[in-house]
Amino acid sequence: MSREILRPTCLKPGNKYCPGCMHSMSAKLIGQCLDELGITDKTIAVVAVGCSTMNLRQLDLDMVSCAHGRAPAVATGLKRTQPDTFMFVYQGDGDLASIGLAEIMCAANRGEHFTVIFANNSTYGMTGGQMAPTTLIGQKSTTSPRGRNAAVDGYPTHMCEILNTLQAPSYIVRCALNNPANIRKAKECIKKAFEYQLDGKAFSFVELLTNCPTNWGMAPLDTLKFMEENTIPAFPLGVFRDVEEGV
Amino acid sequence: MAKVLMKGNEAVAEAAVRGGCRFFAGYPITPQSEIPEYLSGRLPEVGGVFVQGESEVASINMVYGAASSGVRAMTGSSGLGISLKAEGMSYLAGSHLPAVIVSVTRGGPGLGSIQPAQQDYLQVTKALGHGGFKYIVEAPHTVQEAVDLVYDAFELAERDRNPVFVVYDGCLGSVMEEVELPPMKELPERPDWAVGNFTDAPRARRMVSSIPGEVMLEKQNIASEKMYQRWAEEDARWEEFVVDDAEYVCFAYGMSARVCKYAINELRKEGIKLGLIRPITLYPFPKKALDNLDYNRVKAIIDVEMAIPCQMEDDIALQVMGRAPILKYAHSGGVTLKNEETTAAIRALIGGLNK
Repeated sequence: MSREILRPTCLKPGNKYCPGCMHSMSAKLIGQCLDELGITDKTIAVVAVGCSTMNLRQLDLDMVSCAHGRAPAVATGLKRTQPDTFMFVYQGDGDLASIGLAEIMCAANRGEHFTVIFANNSTYGMTGGQMAPTTLIGQKSTTSPRGRNAAVDGYPTHMCEILNTLQAPSYIVRCALNNPANIRKAKECIKKAFEYQLDGKAFSFVELLTNCPTNWGMAPLDTLKFMEENTIPAFPLGVFRDVEEGV
Repeated sequence: MAKVLMKGNEAVAEAAVRGGCRFFAGYPITPQSEIPEYLSGRLPEVGGVFVQGESEVASINMVYGAASSGVRAMTGSSGLGISLKAEGMSYLAGSHLPAVIVSVTRGGPGLGSIQPAQQDYLQVTKALGHGGFKYIVEAPHTVQEAVDLVYDAFELAERDRNPVFVVYDGCLGSVMEEVELPPMKELPERPDWAVGNFTDAPRARRMVSSIPGEVMLEKQNIASEKMYQRWAEEDARWEEFVVDDAEYVCFAYGMSARVCKYAINELRKEGIKLGLIRPITLYPFPKKALDNLDYNRVKAIIDVEMAIPCQMEDDIALQVMGRAPILKYAHSGGVTLKNEETTAAIRALIGGLNK
């Protein structure tokens, strides 16, 4: 397959993210799935606050930018009034699993008909690397300089597992963007989540474990190794819900 | 057209539907809960959407989403819920989205009381949220006026791509009055700026965003300032009730203005030349109404509110500029103004002035 075919039509020229950041990879995977499903021209992207906001510069789609954590509520109002459009929400872990916890839980519980792509890199990237709800035990950040301490900071929040307690969602999966095999798998999962929405199935959710070379203070390749050794063991990959497969 | 007897909040909800509202998201809060209750049944009948939001914050953001696609969208609450909606109200202004927001006010601060009050004047005119934006704020004093204002509020919001606020106290929300309901409006075509308007023809992408970059943001803020100046010139509305010969002028809005009208009719029988200026728009503030008074004749302005401390006093003083004393009569916290008590209080205030 040629490089031209692989480049999604909705991807604007240039990379807007830091070197080695896999946000740009997730943008590419989303764009490829939209093209392969032939829905790029009927898609609305709802983007959150954080590095996810950079999608406003990265993607050439109809887009709505919203307040921190509120994207699932905004998408609810939008999709309910425009049911014939295709809609995905792109949120990071601080946005979705902390300030926006009510909005994601309640949108999922209502079984809203859109797809949420959840980029989890265990940090607040845009604001400079503060402790996130998903920061690993012992992982250092600018607000946990001695490492996350479970006794005072609690434990990393596992969104797939929490959402899997709800009845309405049709698809809940956790993937990782740390190596080519996992990236191929992530693309398949994004595509399946999109297809479920197109089939009229309720709420679909794809968590993408990803990295942050800038705020982790590591070379890009080291972040991938860190993910393999630390992030994935703490956040097990897999399909938590798939109504078609009886999972 | 035949008149019907309707509760204020329900009449407002029906007027919104007839004015083109096709999306409502709200959260239960006294004294506005009849609005979501009514619309949960009514909106599906006209192909509209009702969502009970999980919070005030979620509800205003659902309105943001619906408005992004050009749908006429509304939410309602009371002052303490409006505090929570402040974030979303700023984003609506920042992203230039039309919407209608209703606040049915009660006693405060804090949890306050669920009884009627007018303690959110400063909130709706000066402190809607971060960033220094404004909404046109309308304040009806009868159920019929509430119906008429809400009915046209969506077009007003679309004219400027800026939300419109309608505020009235819990008394007007709960009282039943006879009202003439206007006919169903035809819905407008989807505006060009809206997202999701996909056709077969290629079109440029649409983006709804409040983060345009600092240079563009400043340009937008300058444009907003010009818009607010235009409102001040063209959109300020008020009612004058026997002001022409008045030596004493009450200044009051909403239910307080109705009580003032009672007092005026009573005190005029005693030969006291009392009148009323009633703001219909709280923002833009009806500056000219106060500025144009003949202060050789007018001996005092009487600020009558259900708010302690009075909240309009500074805005009144900026127009009167010392040309007459500003007297005050108020209740608050859910203790409402009474006809006889207010009449006696105004009589005493005027008497005190003439000692």
